[in-house]
Amino acid sequence: MLDMSSRLALLAPEMFLFGAAVVLSILGLSRSRSRRALVGPLAILSLVIAGVLSIVTFDLQKAESAGLLLPSLAMWLRPMVAFIAAGLMAISGDFVDQSLEASIAKSAAAFSPLRAVRGEFCAFALFSVTGVMLLATATDLIWLFLALELVSLPTYVMVAIARGDRPGLEAAVKYFFLGAMATGFLLYGFALLYGATGTMQLDDLRDIALAQLATGESSLLLVTGIVLSIVGLCFKITAVPMHFYAPDVYEGAPLPVTAFLSFIPKVAGFTALILLLSCIGLGTTGLPRSVVAVLWMMSLLTMTLGNIGALLQHSMKRTMAYSSIAHSGYMLVALVAGSHDAIDALLFYLFAYGVTTTATFGGLACIQRAGLDADRFEDLAGLRRTHPWATAMIALGALSFTGIPPLLGFFGKFWILVSAFEAGQVVLVGAVVLNSVVSAWYYLRFAATPIITEPAGRSSDVGQNTSRWPVAASIVFGCALVVLPVFVGPLMKSVQESTAAPVVVVETPLRQR
Amino acid sequence: MSAAWITILAPLLGALLIGLSPAKAARWIALSVSGVALAAILQLVMNFPGWKSGLFESEANPVPFLPEFGITLWLGYDSVAIMLALLNAVLVPLCVLGSFSAIREREREYYAWFMVLSASIMLAFASRDAILFYIGYEFTLVPMVFLIAIWGGPERKSAATKYFLYTFFGSIFVLGAILWLGVSMHAATGVWNFDIDALIAYGQSLPASTQWWLFLCLAGGFAVKVPIFQLHTWLPLAHDQAPTGGSVILAGTLLKLGTYGIFRIALPCAPEGAVALAPFFAVLCVIAVVYASLICWVQRDVKRLIAYSSIGHLALCVLGLFAFNPIGAEGSVYYMVNHGISTGALFLCIGMVYERYHTKDMERLGGLVKRMPIWAFFMGLFTFASLGLPGLNGFVGEVLCLMGTFIADSGSTPDNYPGVLGPWYATVAASGLVLAAMYLLIMLGKIVWGPLTEPHDDHHAPSGLSVDLNWREIGVLAPLAVLCLWLGLAPGYVLSNLEPACTRMLAPFPAIVQAHIAADVQTAHDSEKEQN
Repeated sequence: MLDMSSRLALLAPEMFLFGAAVVLSILGLSRSRSRRALVGPLAILSLVIAGVLSIVTFDLQKAESAGLLLPSLAMWLRPMVAFIAAGLMAISGDFVDQSLEASIAKSAAAFSPLRAVRGEFCAFALFSVTGVMLLATATDLIWLFLALELVSLPTYVMVAIARGDRPGLEAAVKYFFLGAMATGFLLYGFALLYGATGTMQLDDLRDIALAQLATGESSLLLVTGIVLSIVGLCFKITAVPMHFYAPDVYEGAPLPVTAFLSFIPKVAGFTALILLLSCIGLGTTGLPRSVVAVLWMMSLLTMTLGNIGALLQHSMKRTMAYSSIAHSGYMLVALVAGSHDAIDALLFYLFAYGVTTTATFGGLACIQRAGLDADRFEDLAGLRRTHPWATAMIALGALSFTGIPPLLGFFGKFWILVSAFEAGQVVLVGAVVLNSVVSAWYYLRFAATPIITEPAGRSSDVGQNTSRWPVAASIVFGCALVVLPVFVGPLMKSVQESTAAPVVVVETPLRQR
Repeated sequence: MSAAWITILAPLLGALLIGLSPAKAARWIALSVSGVALAAILQLVMNFPGWKSGLFESEANPVPFLPEFGITLWLGYDSVAIMLALLNAVLVPLCVLGSFSAIREREREYYAWFMVLSASIMLAFASRDAILFYIGYEFTLVPMVFLIAIWGGPERKSAATKYFLYTFFGSIFVLGAILWLGVSMHAATGVWNFDIDALIAYGQSLPASTQWWLFLCLAGGFAVKVPIFQLHTWLPLAHDQAPTGGSVILAGTLLKLGTYGIFRIALPCAPEGAVALAPFFAVLCVIAVVYASLICWVQRDVKRLIAYSSIGHLALCVLGLFAFNPIGAEGSVYYMVNHGISTGALFLCIGMVYERYHTKDMERLGGLVKRMPIWAFFMGLFTFASLGLPGLNGFVGEVLCLMGTFIADSGSTPDNYPGVLGPWYATVAASGLVLAAMYLLIMLGKIVWGPLTEPHDDHHAPSGLSVDLNWREIGVLAPLAVLCLWLGLAPGYVLSNLEPACTRMLAPFPAIVQAHIAADVQTAHDSEKEQN
């Protein structure tokens, strides 16, 4: 049975983050301006500490005795999410309330706790990250569901309050209602899963589900439950058929929040998918054919629609939204492949995607036009003269997204393609390959516009973001795109270790129903 | 550290240094690091054991890079690779020297990108590991795109975009094929290994139908880079719009990455597929030779004319490879080197005129021999080399490619290398050469001889250059002229050194071609029977 103390010991980083979030939300309401200015840096710091904690405090034995499906998953996932989230926080932390703080500094406005939201914003971001980290140690469907909601709910609020303007609110409402609908799908799926197997515990669920699938005993309920859950999770990973909200929400949300949205919910969705599909044979006996068929269609449509959609955009944020849809399509290829190796490939791709996203968005967040996001490609023209670092990092990020070797993104794609070939999914490989070519066109726009064009009328009033944190984040993560490929061997090894099967499989008889 | 690493790391370090140093120093840093790379590769060439063995020779053992997939950092050359690497090492410093007066804005960036380009080409030629090769091969895209898009002509943006998309499209198929080979080798043997030699050994063991697809993906991917007819439309624009240095490297070594890829990976990995698809590719090549020549005939822009002529020349090069006999293969490799020298030199010559007159239009230039006799000498020499005048380098490669194609029929050749092409292919391709002589001579007649025509507006003044070539420019062209003469007059020295590598690559082919011809005869026989 479950051992509560060892379970709690596993959750030290999450508990720390939760505490930090509470402290930050109070600190954000401080009357002293210098204290309020600490909120952003402290949020970054606490994410870094949580990342370190999750490495230091991780105890494999305890994780195994806690009855996790993939006991060492947390070893890779939690530090990865925490460190990348620290980068994303650096992009968004100081962004919120920037104009308010500026006018307070000029004593043009008085501080009012009702209008200052930076503390809340950072706290909600930390809650969301806590949710992702909790997912890694989920043992049952309820935990999985609650962790997923902990990821999503704060993001709705973040979209709404980050700038508090009409497009932001509209995006938030859209995001919230569609998210609620997706959650409905997910819950219904979970209910059917419970109905099919009679258990909420993931490890029991796996044993029963695999037994049902092996005997061919009527597993319609089970498969329907899984498919409904997948559809629900599609919302989180912006995959077809739940992808359509992404461009609108990404465009409406301020750019730093868009960066957050394009990574954190995606990791959550894919982690949940890995855990759920592990219950029906992902990485072990192989997924049932019906589920593979569903994932296959989703993957093909997601990457194709994503890339074609991105071709047609004029707004950079919408392009990034479609590009993030396309990347979900690539990652779904790994789930279709379904081998143990493919899970590693997916986890590595998420990492590469996260680093690249942070570098690119960091670069884009460095610049502002008329106090708002620079969102048109023309805004980038001639950027190299005024913002050389941002230019370089946007270019690096875009090339890494394209999959140009030797940048980090190439190795992510490399692994996904290898695992798809291993599974014999030649058609999907062809689709990924062709889609990469399509994507090359719009990524080239990102990479080349700032470097090759001369400043135009529109780009002349593009100015520097007053905060230095986005530049710092994009430089750190952009350099990682170049430096990490040197260590790609050890990185891949640690990913593989994180999904290794439990060393000792404790034979627990199925609990009586 | 081995010399092969120096050829890659020296330019990379140079690029970093250029980034840190003042703009005035950039050209000198670029010149000296490319000199270091040249010295390193010369030192390798001097004591190169691969001339005789025809094998990949490396100085150091593989360094594991990605042990999970058997990817290693393993550098080494065979005689073909080292020839092409040497070509690149020779061209890069000359290009840098030639860019001194042409590049006047954003100098640091220019030389930095140029060094990165040089490093990634060197990496592609030096790799023994297929993934490492791909990294070098693919990364050439990035510096080249920026070279075209920043310092190019008026249509530079569309030229760069087209270049990027076309070659990315081609190379991603190469990646797919290499990955597929690696994965299926892992499935068959349980070992991850991306060593090119290991992939070749595995590829040859595959059934013919699989090899057909494999070859289509590999050769089709490389064909974009070569470029083979129908996939060539990026080339005229890119060559035309690129700055002189960029055009030289593009024609000199980047296109050779495609032919080298066909020689090194596509042909040996899937020989059955190569034999089955040889007529298809050969017909495309023959069409390209004639078609490119006809287009050249009507060009007004000199640079564009040279660009189109590259398509024809490279097509001949690929045709020689598909002859499947040592004469064709050696001729092809020899031609790769010679085309790099003579076309590169022609681009440099045209660049020098462009710097003085700001036009490349044949209607606005004429009789330049009266103004620039030294330039006219070099221009004439390289044009003759390019059109294949006996005694100059172009002739040797062309004739060998055509000879190889001519004898590549089902009858046994002197060395018992049967082929699937034959006299028809060679004859039609040879007609393309006659056309080549025609358009090149017309070009020469118009701009070098004839009545003196100069554009009136702004010549001489803004460039600050002397009327005729100055010593720096002579220094750029003279080494290439010497190479043209030497390679044309004494081809035996290099050819004999290329032979072991070519025969080694061709080893599996005679048996396969034999079987292929026998099968063809059989099916023809059967269908005859059915009709009766």
